[in-house]
Amino acid sequence: MSEIVDLDDVTFAYGDTVAVSDVSLTVEEGEFLGLVGPNGSGKTTLLHLMLGLHEPDAGSVELFGRPVEEFDDGGRIGYVSQKATSRGGAMPVTVRECVTMGRFAHTGRGRLSTADLVSELSGGQRQRAYIARALASDADLLALDEPTVGVDAESRDAFYALLDELNDEGITVILIEHDIGVVTDRANRIACVNTKLYHHGDTESFVESDALVEAYGTTGQVVHHHH
Amino acid sequence: MSGESQTDGDRSRRNRDISRPDRGLRRTAELVGLGVTAVVAAAMLGFVLLYWARDLPVASDLYAAFRSFGRGMDAAFGTNVFRHPIMWQSMAVGVLVGVVAPLVGSFLVHREMALIGETLAHTAFAGVAIGILVTASTGWNGSLLLVALVVGVLGALAVQWLTERTDAYGDVPIAIMLSGSFAVGTLIVSYGDGLTGVNVQGYLFGNLAVVTPEGARLMGALSLLVVAGVALTYKQLLFITFDEQAARVAQLNVTGYNTLLVVLTAVVVVGAMQVLGVILVAAMLVVPVAAASQVARSFRETVYLAVIFGQLSVAGGFAVSIGLGLPSGGSIVVTAIAVYLATVVGSGFSVRAISSHG
Repeated sequence: MSEIVDLDDVTFAYGDTVAVSDVSLTVEEGEFLGLVGPNGSGKTTLLHLMLGLHEPDAGSVELFGRPVEEFDDGGRIGYVSQKATSRGGAMPVTVRECVTMGRFAHTGRGRLSTADLVSELSGGQRQRAYIARALASDADLLALDEPTVGVDAESRDAFYALLDELNDEGITVILIEHDIGVVTDRANRIACVNTKLYHHGDTESFVESDALVEAYGTTGQVVHHHH
Repeated sequence: MSGESQTDGDRSRRNRDISRPDRGLRRTAELVGLGVTAVVAAAMLGFVLLYWARDLPVASDLYAAFRSFGRGMDAAFGTNVFRHPIMWQSMAVGVLVGVVAPLVGSFLVHREMALIGETLAHTAFAGVAIGILVTASTGWNGSLLLVALVVGVLGALAVQWLTERTDAYGDVPIAIMLSGSFAVGTLIVSYGDGLTGVNVQGYLFGNLAVVTPEGARLMGALSLLVVAGVALTYKQLLFITFDEQAARVAQLNVTGYNTLLVVLTAVVVVGAMQVLGVILVAAMLVVPVAAASQVARSFRETVYLAVIFGQLSVAGGFAVSIGLGLPSGGSIVVTAIAVYLATVVGSGFSVRAISSHG
């Protein structure tokens, strides 16, 4: 088992507002990590730090065993950003165009006609097009930022079943999801953050812990350690 | 091939059969439109080159033949336009603007960077003003457009620098840059007033008579640069336009491509300023793309249709401008908006057609 992501005492602030404080965690190969926390708790920032989209103010980040700033094999990561998910309707892009953006063409798993416009797909189909794009470069790590916002329950289940399948095939998944129920059903590990890391461990220990109440019931300013 | 994927194939083939005649016709129309645009643009580039080389042995005969062709056109239409080389230069610039502005605009519009074009036009205006000042005070007989190009590209780099540091393409730094450079331009123009006989109003509102042989040649060279730049980086620009963060994660040099796009925009704007004017130049970056996005079935089709609509707008605008003696900039933009409204109406119908399928 190798480490896909390794955060060591990472801190990041937007100006004076600390978004991520002293977070250390590793993601092992083959893990399905659910990243949870209240709105504005720094989940997306933490994911950005993992992927090298932000540079930490303190601490270090390794991606696939290399310092993130030196990492240059972008094809190993498939990333679906929150913004991409929300803007699918505005730009005329076909499924084929969307998928081949991930550099090499490989039609993905969905049964979609590749000539369809992404904006005319149902929410669930649209997610699959994004996943196909993320996987088109044969990624080992799939990083998804709230991919099912605005998607109906049935499509969402189908989408998560697909994620399970991919994870079973050995692809590491990091998922930001606001629905705690969904995450605890799917992920085998959970990181619960609210600026600080409140819990990091397997899903069972998270469910039994009071990390959820701690993270959601207090603000990021209050220092609590319940590890 | 597994049985399942064959079924998938059959299904999609059947789907395609249903819409094939319609799609085939549409595709053919687009290809014809693009072909005509390419031929016209190449012919216009040819004219610019021919005019440049008109004193050389073979070219002079060709040029003479072209002049009599122009006189023939005037006789046929009852106009006094096509016999004048300066009109052909303006038309050449117009046709090339109709190609490159929507080409670059396709990415700008979908990145919500439309205001950048407007800003760079105002920066280029400051460039023209600086050019006027320099020519008046030093007696240097250079091209104003060349100065505008240099200032425009510097402005583009400044905009890029600002936006990299202010997170996203924020409105405020862009707005400051827009009005600031225009303010500097007006100050310089007013300071240098009376020093030269340069028609500043022509640059503001666009005027067919503003185009010089040098300006046309510059536009020709810039157009080749822009088309080549977009063709070579199409895939990367598309990825960045669609999902900039994912493109960053995929280790694309996003900052580099962003800079390229902004610089190409400056280049287009400076070229287009001659016929469209500073105030209207952004319209050619935006309106044909908005029209194309109404009806396009893919991003590639958006780009194709935007160029075709851009060309229609230029042709229609020139007809209005020449026929009624109105400024070219306003005529082209109003025509472009007419095309846009037509696509809104048209897409309204096709939206209904699609929903009746389901």
